[in-house]
Amino acid sequence: MREISLHLLDIAENSVAAQSHNIRIEAHENLQSDLLTVCVTDDGCGMDAKTAQQVLDPFYTTRTTRKVGLGIPLLKLAAEMSGGGLTLVTEAGQGAKVEASFRHSHIDRMPLGDLAMTFLTLLVSYPHIHWVFVYQVTDRDGQSHEFNFDDVELKTILDDMSMTEPDILKFVRGMFEEGIEALAYQTVN
Amino acid sequence: MPAIKSLEELKRVREEALQKKQMKAAAGNVQGTCGIAAGARDTMKSVLSFIETNNLSGVTVTQTGCIGMCEQEPILQVVIGEDAKVVYGKVNAEVAEQIMRQHVQNGMPVKDYVLSI
Repeated sequence: MREISLHLLDIAENSVAAQSHNIRIEAHENLQSDLLTVCVTDDGCGMDAKTAQQVLDPFYTTRTTRKVGLGIPLLKLAAEMSGGGLTLVTEAGQGAKVEASFRHSHIDRMPLGDLAMTFLTLLVSYPHIHWVFVYQVTDRDGQSHEFNFDDVELKTILDDMSMTEPDILKFVRGMFEEGIEALAYQTVN
Repeated sequence: MPAIKSLEELKRVREEALQKKQMKAAAGNVQGTCGIAAGARDTMKSVLSFIETNNLSGVTVTQTGCIGMCEQEPILQVVIGEDAKVVYGKVNAEVAEQIMRQHVQNGMPVKDYVLSI
């Protein structure tokens, strides 16, 4: 994986496979504390303590638990290589929360990448899931800016209209790209 | 945030889209998870951008998990109406555009990349 946003796409698909109804994805670039944290929270089937331990192991790949493959170990490695780490909080039947942190200024930290495309891919591909996407930037002075998207209103208005109709697609893509770009430029300065 | 402000505009966009919608019942289908590392998101981006720029109505785009052909990822499946499913392998952004144009839009499969029908 070359982008953190690709990892997010991957981890979110675990949540989809775990029969979640609600999935929340957060990315927070905090320049004040020099941290980049990403988090995927779902209300899916969760994992018992033993499985939760096993999914951190890259050699645990039996197909009986299709829920997770290499995704979590890869993200864990990427986080640890850039001075951060990964935590997995879950209980059987209680959903799961995967959080990865990276030292923002670390030379080995991969770029956050195309977050807008990750959000768009998930929203379009899994319309039956209630998605919440949050992108937050905290600048060096501690001031926070947030892009917060909850798909409820969008889906209420769209009703049964497919999100892959050209005009709708254009609207949603534009909304994600503009909202995220407006914040992302602050991380460059 | 713009998300809230522009919802009024979305209502208008939806009404217009409803007028234009055609029932072509074509379905594109990108494979995810293990394909992500192989570039499945770029494939998805290419498919969506083709729909947008060519104003292609009536296409459903979905995603499924690994189907056990990881070495062929990114994989794209196309189903048109009642036709049998066509599975394509090693579909990068350029190939995806070709498939969208030739197969989804004009009904002719792109033989070079077909894995199975």
